[in-house]
Amino acid sequence: MLLEIKNLHVEVADKKILNGLNLTIEKGQVAAIMGPNGSGKSTFSYVLAGKDAYNITEGDILLDGESILELAPDERAAKGIFLAFQYPVEVPGVATMTFLRTALNAQRKLRGEGEYSTPDFIKLVRETSAKLGVSQEHLRRAVNVGFSGGEKKRNEILQMAILQPRLAILDETDSGLDIDALKIVSEGVNRLRSPERSMIVITHYQRLLNYIVPDVVHVMSKGRVVKSGGKELALELEAKGYAQYTDEAA
Amino acid sequence: MNAEVRNIKTPAEQALVSAYEGVRAALPGKGAVAALREEAFNRFDANGLPHRRVEEWKYTDLRALMREALPLAAPPDAAAKAKAKDAGKIFASLNCRRLVFIDGAFVPEASDLTPEPGLTIGAMADALAKGDTLVSARVGQVFETDDAAVALNTSLMSDGAVIHVAAGTVLERPIHLVFASGETPSAAFIRSLIVVEKDAQAIIAESHESNVSQVNCALEMVIGDGATVDYYKATQTRGLHVASLLLTVGAKAAVNTFALNSDASLVRNQSFVRFAGEGSTGGLRGVNLLRGKEHVDTTMLIEHAAGHCASREQFKSVLDDSGHNVFQGKIVVKPHAQKTDTKMMTRVLLLSDEAEADNKPELEIFADDVVCGHGATAGALDPNLKFYLMSRGIDDKQAEALLIQAFIGETVEEISHEGFREAIMRAALDWLETRG
Amino acid sequence: MPAVQETVDRVRQIDVDQYKYGFVTDVESEKAPIGLSEDTVRYISAKKNEPAWMLEWRLEAFKRWLTMREPTWARVDYPKIDYQNAYYYSAPKKKPELSSLDEVDPQILETYKKLGIPLREQEMLAGVVRKDADGNVLAERRVAVDAVFDSVSVATTFKEELKRAGVIFMPMSEAIQQHPELVRKYLGSVVPTTDNFFATLNSAVFSDGSFVYVPPGVRCPMELSTYFRINEANTGQFERTLIIADKGAYVSYLEGCTAPMRDENQLHAAVVELVTHDDAEIKYSTVQNWYPGDADGKGGIFNFVTKRGDCRGKNSKISWTQVETGSAITWKYPSCILRGDGSRGEFYSIAISNGMQQVDSGTKMIHLGKNTTSRIISKGISAGKSNNTYRGLVTAHRKATGARNFTNCDSLLIGDQCGAHTVPYIEAKNSSAVFEHEASTSKISEDMLFYCRSRGMSAEEATALVVNGFVKDVLQQLPMEFAVEAQNLISISLEGSVG
Repeated sequence: MLLEIKNLHVEVADKKILNGLNLTIEKGQVAAIMGPNGSGKSTFSYVLAGKDAYNITEGDILLDGESILELAPDERAAKGIFLAFQYPVEVPGVATMTFLRTALNAQRKLRGEGEYSTPDFIKLVRETSAKLGVSQEHLRRAVNVGFSGGEKKRNEILQMAILQPRLAILDETDSGLDIDALKIVSEGVNRLRSPERSMIVITHYQRLLNYIVPDVVHVMSKGRVVKSGGKELALELEAKGYAQYTDEAA
Repeated sequence: MNAEVRNIKTPAEQALVSAYEGVRAALPGKGAVAALREEAFNRFDANGLPHRRVEEWKYTDLRALMREALPLAAPPDAAAKAKAKDAGKIFASLNCRRLVFIDGAFVPEASDLTPEPGLTIGAMADALAKGDTLVSARVGQVFETDDAAVALNTSLMSDGAVIHVAAGTVLERPIHLVFASGETPSAAFIRSLIVVEKDAQAIIAESHESNVSQVNCALEMVIGDGATVDYYKATQTRGLHVASLLLTVGAKAAVNTFALNSDASLVRNQSFVRFAGEGSTGGLRGVNLLRGKEHVDTTMLIEHAAGHCASREQFKSVLDDSGHNVFQGKIVVKPHAQKTDTKMMTRVLLLSDEAEADNKPELEIFADDVVCGHGATAGALDPNLKFYLMSRGIDDKQAEALLIQAFIGETVEEISHEGFREAIMRAALDWLETRG
Repeated sequence: MPAVQETVDRVRQIDVDQYKYGFVTDVESEKAPIGLSEDTVRYISAKKNEPAWMLEWRLEAFKRWLTMREPTWARVDYPKIDYQNAYYYSAPKKKPELSSLDEVDPQILETYKKLGIPLREQEMLAGVVRKDADGNVLAERRVAVDAVFDSVSVATTFKEELKRAGVIFMPMSEAIQQHPELVRKYLGSVVPTTDNFFATLNSAVFSDGSFVYVPPGVRCPMELSTYFRINEANTGQFERTLIIADKGAYVSYLEGCTAPMRDENQLHAAVVELVTHDDAEIKYSTVQNWYPGDADGKGGIFNFVTKRGDCRGKNSKISWTQVETGSAITWKYPSCILRGDGSRGEFYSIAISNGMQQVDSGTKMIHLGKNTTSRIISKGISAGKSNNTYRGLVTAHRKATGARNFTNCDSLLIGDQCGAHTVPYIEAKNSSAVFEHEASTSKISEDMLFYCRSRGMSAEEATALVVNGFVKDVLQQLPMEFAVEAQNLISISLEGSVG
């Protein structure tokens, strides 16, 4: 078991968002989390990555059996947690290449590993970006600035491929993507599937799961997991909608 | 050398000092009010008229511009009172409650004093003389400043309006303060106080027209929590016009002001605004239309003393001939006034090589979680646009007029009250039509 | 190694206080008697063996200075300076004539080595292979260096090679002896001795500085650089720099400054004058890293500097780039007088304040000629309990038809104890002037910081990265070596501002 979430309660500005969420993710497992808007999916992803402003009132998050609640976002990243943002942030003036190298070496240092040499790093980025169809020109541009929706999402997957996390959280990676971009991004994600890497795929629609086929599907509503099942659960949701769960949870 | 000791007074300064000394005993108000006057006078006596070495008056050197001080106005005569009914034409088409002042003195017989629940109207001279509690609690205390023009006003304040809008009252009609002058060139020191209590709503308009008189008017305004106030000021004066707005805004209140200066010889419009309560919004806007040797100075100090307030400042000026426009806008965000959101924009259209535009937008920020910005532009009409219009058969002057109209229209359109929006736009169009 | 990583490493290596140049070099020096009088002025002039006209010029300035008052309009607050309780001249004791670098006091050379200044020509010729962010090898660059230690220029490199190109690059004190006609013609022609309190003081007591003359049509074959170092305690530094680019000439000049950590404040009042003739260009870059004082505001340099460029010829250009990270007080407005028709002025600035630092800096663009253009990009970063003010003037006179200015002035606030202020004066006096000014002030973005941290960067690394991005437009204006140094400095300066 890689990740265990126990009875997690989270508030934002005195508003309860997560209400006793329980979830386990096995090593190498790809788990889909589906749910209606406002069910707490994005909050869940931010809480895993360690964003401020979320008040955890109860419960725990265990990675390899150890609580990560006290860890800063960068310490979590060094432990192998990676969040692919729903809305990747623009960082003006900072070249994507510089950003990647700074991040990679920061993580390696926190883990006590040596830094990449410049030629090795450049080779790594060139190879990885080619597979994702990210151009050299993109790498020179400032992080996400002036990128289209698809380019931003591809940039997230590129970062994931470079940083090689053990647990990747993909928050609505399909939103804002046309079908071609969705295919490229999904292929990138599928290439990164491995017995050593777990993934949490957060999505509102079943569409993405045609391309990234999950091992398990969890349905979230009102800040809790209300149902879990196999990948067929996603199809069922597509057909019947979320109404039954929102009513149940209410 | 900027700190030299100055003990030589200009003729205007000497005249003002002797004017004060001459009427000191006769000015309305005793006790605290008299002390307030004395203290303000001493300040004026020590520093004199503001001049270019005083940073806030850098571009309007009143000491140089004011060659003489006119005698204090006498009470208005019958002829002046008779003429007063034609004054304030700019807002005449609106259904307003008119309060008329001639040379600063309130004229009850020309004013509309129909009672209205929640509304109290009085004259400042009476209020000062009687020791009215509203006035004694507020006058000189709404926004403390050591500004010289305000000090001069406080020393010599004689009359003006006192308006109180009780909590929760929504005024039936806008109040129009009509300021006009008599035939004799004279000086007037007008002081008004407007208090709009909690959750009340009021629309206040001022129009100023005059011959060659010298007017120094100050308006202290207090806007209570949750109250909404629109304030319009139209200035079309010959002679000297110095106006100070001292304004404090409570929490969750809304204030919108608009100032029009057209065919005004020499104007200083200064505003001191404090957002003292959280969650309020303010819009301060204006249009200045200058020609000949007119000089219009808009100076404002916007102080965000409480968080979560938003203010927008937008001013457009059109300068023809040797017009000289000054804009100084300082936004101050005090420590702890987090989540302040401000945007100040000033644009100047230069129509003549003799015109001058001086712009000084300032930010002074002591809180970190803020979004503050300002923009300023100056330039001529876009020749491409003008050519485009002319290529469609519109003549030179008309093409310019259309483009100027579009330029100022952008700001006038922000006025939410349809009647005032139209009245102000009409005044602007009148100015354009008479453009040589 | 990525620049940001490197800076963070360096930050960690530095002890309690982040200022890494705070050491004192132990060299014997000779000083003028303490205090300021006509005798002090005469002493300095005599030490420099100056001609009579130079002494006259100084004395004139000194007389004028006695009648002047210290300006108070800037948003800086500092204890009253006691002008009588300071030394106005200090020079490392040395042999009268130096024939080569080997004769320079090894202690001083060691100091410059510690500062990372490649003073020795051998080192320079050996060259260090540098790579850009993508790992490409950069073309080797050579920089001629003039090093000013306290009041005196100690060494100038590449003199011979520059001489062959016709470029004069030497200490001001030598130029007064060797090129009196040029010095007399240009000195004080941009910043007159009467200009302002600090410039007038400098005119009376300046000790040394750099002199550059680039003859017509010459593109200076290498970058010229001066490193200023205040070492002696209780000593003011008053250097005077004069750079002339004759018709069609070009020169890029770099200036760096450091000082030891001392508890008392030290005054630095420099004057820099630039002159460009027709079609000439001067690019002047500064990385100012004087000691800023400690976290409680004790000590640090008072930096009152007058820098002005005169675009005297048509189509000439002056470009100022500054990275201001040091000094307890900064009072500095590098300006351009756009006199020649078609001339252009530029001002690119990064001003960072932390701790108790106070910065009041900006520029003046004075448009006098026809079709003159100017551009101002100012990035202010306030952290700690500091106050950071941009003060600028753009003015187009009646005859400056077709004047154009674009100004962008952004401030970033880190923490809720600091202040960021913007005071622009914009004066248009003819209808064909087109001025555009925009300014913004905001907090450093939490979203950006979180994004960076979620990728593994520490709070400090994330802040450094975001700030470096914020100032990129200005960093790009700097020559490569300076850009890297500046980037490092930015991170170091912001240490302790997060978390």
